[in-house]
Amino acid sequence: MKKWICALLATALSASLFTGCGNSDAGKNGEVYVFNWGEYIDPDTIKMFEEETGIKVVYDEFETNELMYPKVEAGASVYDVVCPSDYMIQKMLENDLLSELSFDNMPNAKQNIGAQYYEQAQEFDPGNKYCVPYCWGTVGILYNKTMVDEPVDSWAILWDEKYADNILMQDSVRDAFMVALKLNNYSMNTLDETELEIAKNALIEQKPLVQAYVIDEVRDKMIGGEAALGVIYSGEAIYTQRENPDLEYVVPKEGTNVWIDGWVIPKNASNKENAEKFIDFMCRGDIALMNFEYITYSTPNTAAQELIEDEDIRNSQIAFPDLSQYEGLETFRYLGEEGDSLYNDCWKKVKSE
Amino acid sequence: MNRKALSAPYLFWITAFIVIPLGMVLYYGLTDKTGAFTLENIIAIATAEHSKALWIAIKFSLESTVICLLLAYPLAMILAGMQISQHSFIVFIFILPMWMNFLLRTLAWQTLLEKSGVINNILGFLHLPALNIINTPAAIILGMVYNFLPFMVLPIYNSLTKIDPNVINAARDLGANSVQTFARITLPLSLPGVISGITMVFVPALTTFVISTLLGGSKILLIGNVIEQEFTQAGNWHLGSGLSIVLMLFILINMILTAIFDKDGEGNAL
Amino acid sequence: MIKSSVRKLYIALIFIFLYAPIVTLMVLSFNASRSRAKWGGFTLKWYRELFQNEVILAALSNTLLIALLSSLIATLIGTIACISMQAMKRRTRAVMMGVTNIPMLNAEIVTGISLMLLFITLGMKFGFLTILLAHITFNIPYVILSVMPRFKQLNPSTYEAALDLGASPLRAFFMVVFPDILPGVVSGFLMAFTMSLDDFIITHFTKGPGIDTLSTKIYSEVKKGIKPEMYALSAIIFTAVLVLLFLVNYIPKENKEKKEK
Repeated sequence: MKKWICALLATALSASLFTGCGNSDAGKNGEVYVFNWGEYIDPDTIKMFEEETGIKVVYDEFETNELMYPKVEAGASVYDVVCPSDYMIQKMLENDLLSELSFDNMPNAKQNIGAQYYEQAQEFDPGNKYCVPYCWGTVGILYNKTMVDEPVDSWAILWDEKYADNILMQDSVRDAFMVALKLNNYSMNTLDETELEIAKNALIEQKPLVQAYVIDEVRDKMIGGEAALGVIYSGEAIYTQRENPDLEYVVPKEGTNVWIDGWVIPKNASNKENAEKFIDFMCRGDIALMNFEYITYSTPNTAAQELIEDEDIRNSQIAFPDLSQYEGLETFRYLGEEGDSLYNDCWKKVKSE
Repeated sequence: MNRKALSAPYLFWITAFIVIPLGMVLYYGLTDKTGAFTLENIIAIATAEHSKALWIAIKFSLESTVICLLLAYPLAMILAGMQISQHSFIVFIFILPMWMNFLLRTLAWQTLLEKSGVINNILGFLHLPALNIINTPAAIILGMVYNFLPFMVLPIYNSLTKIDPNVINAARDLGANSVQTFARITLPLSLPGVISGITMVFVPALTTFVISTLLGGSKILLIGNVIEQEFTQAGNWHLGSGLSIVLMLFILINMILTAIFDKDGEGNAL
Repeated sequence: MIKSSVRKLYIALIFIFLYAPIVTLMVLSFNASRSRAKWGGFTLKWYRELFQNEVILAALSNTLLIALLSSLIATLIGTIACISMQAMKRRTRAVMMGVTNIPMLNAEIVTGISLMLLFITLGMKFGFLTILLAHITFNIPYVILSVMPRFKQLNPSTYEAALDLGASPLRAFFMVVFPDILPGVVSGFLMAFTMSLDDFIITHFTKGPGIDTLSTKIYSEVKKGIKPEMYALSAIIFTAVLVLLFLVNYIPKENKEKKEK
């Protein structure tokens, strides 16, 4: 028994010493705490930032906007840069959690991000004071051509009993309700209780057909052929197609969510200056290109778009869709505390059914 | 006197990190956003979605406890009958899987059970029908049984090894057959271990939110999932705390029942 | 004869049940394909990449450090608590033991939440310290539960005899009492270490930015696809423990046998 422990202690100690050292140089110019979506950045860009600026990046990830918000709000986890989506930026703004950006410190952010994206961001960030767009895209259906014969053009296929146990839905309240609301041609920002009731019942009706409610797992499962249809963000489409050529991405005709994720700085950030350096660095053309190539989400960075060498990708309708050809496009809005709890309650009813 | 002073650090610790935090759960559970007293967060358990989540959690944890018991008891008996020198080895065999991370172990079941997973590949090879239990209650119960089985085996095993073989021999000598010996001697004497095993399986199974997420495809909401989501997503600490209080009541009932059956606290030691 | 083979079969089945997922993970660590769903051929690539993956190594070092520190501190506090409880009145002791058992008997999720609320109210920043405090808290009961029975078995007169023979209380304790309770202390420490290593739920609620244990790292990776390096790491840890186990169980035995001869 004693020997057991000695050996155990020795292994544990040596292992922790062994892994404890390293990265010595980073941090001489302070730190920056970054809170981003999972798999939403090329790790090499972080290393480059650390080397060029001497600022150590402490990087943390979240899965959904809803999981991110309480952490930032509670204040016990302090982040300097966060990358939420449109409606969540609006929510943080309205609840006074964001700090105004000084664009004078961020020349790249000013020059490289296309004007139309700032225009779009006005919807949730009037005056473009708080957010620098990072990625944008749509939400659609990814399907496996070997398992689905008919043309896919409507959300309704997710209610087709033929595909029972072959459908993957998003496990976050707004995305799930978006699908059901759009199916019925309602606004995905509705606060109308009858419309929500219809959407809720549609989701409950759909539940037996759903294989699983997933977030980022949808990618692996679709690649592995675990399911025929999945609701997915457009940015994942290119990556999944590369891994499994049988997959195809479609934006349903009823319309969908056009979203923007953007960098913001929380009010309680302790390294605001470094945070702005980080955001600006990410807006540099070559860095944005690296990120685009790694995560394959559409970039609003015009400098990066020009640098893309692959013609097919540059003209790809998936990577850079021409939004004017779609109908029923909308962007999520924050619906207030009551709107939030209305949606949460409905979602809980769906999930507990 | 000297010895009593030694209790100071521990008293401080349990006050600061056990008593006060639980008091805070009580406080949040019994107040609303304005800080006014309310029972609303507790009564919320009666709403359809919460009571269903609680009911499913109770059902699943009872089922997995029973399955654990049925699997563990014969196993513990066989193990207890083995040579003494192997005892510590046996204990380690059951603790060993715990060194592989709990989440990875559970995740591995996903790989095994998936539609195109390992088990189905083997079944397909043998021309047997595919097993489709991933993302169903069966998968969750399997995950519970898998994760908590050692907690049932070890206490039962411990209490069985404590039984004096002479008692059993005496019963045999007095003419009891093996069924009688088991029912009248072995079973009653191993009861403390059984009780402690039941607690150690039932409580974590009742309150888990990880297993249902990993193996249930987020389709089945247990009370643990509801509480976790109130804290990490919906941001309603008051409701989450209120539901936690309800959950603690169930654990308390379990503890009282355990205390009644297990007066000596013998089965507690692992 | 039949009975014994039925027994063996039963043990074998349970064994398969317990170890099938572990074997699966080990096999996956040699899978060349990044996806869990596809077999892409044999490779050792993940083992190489593991040692360059700073994120996983940092999580490993956090996990080990927290497990080590928390179980050491818990063993210290727990053992002292056991000593002090010997001098208590029966009823006080019962109350103390009742409170002690709470983190063990209570739902982990409630313990996690309650500590989270405490830390937030105190205005503490989530990080290494909050995880450590939480782990010490849930580790202490395991120590007390394995040390306490040793005290019950102790013969108080040996300690008194030592005092009578002129030993100081401290010396008497370390010379007479401590050797007797040591096995309990050791197994309590081991128990605590294992519990801390395997904990996810409580860490999940008390962790802060930039700090991950293996558990929380894995949980966040579950959603976006586990990195195969993680399988490689757990295969290494598992094999290391397995080897240790065999060494501990077989080497001393051989020695004993030799001595007996």
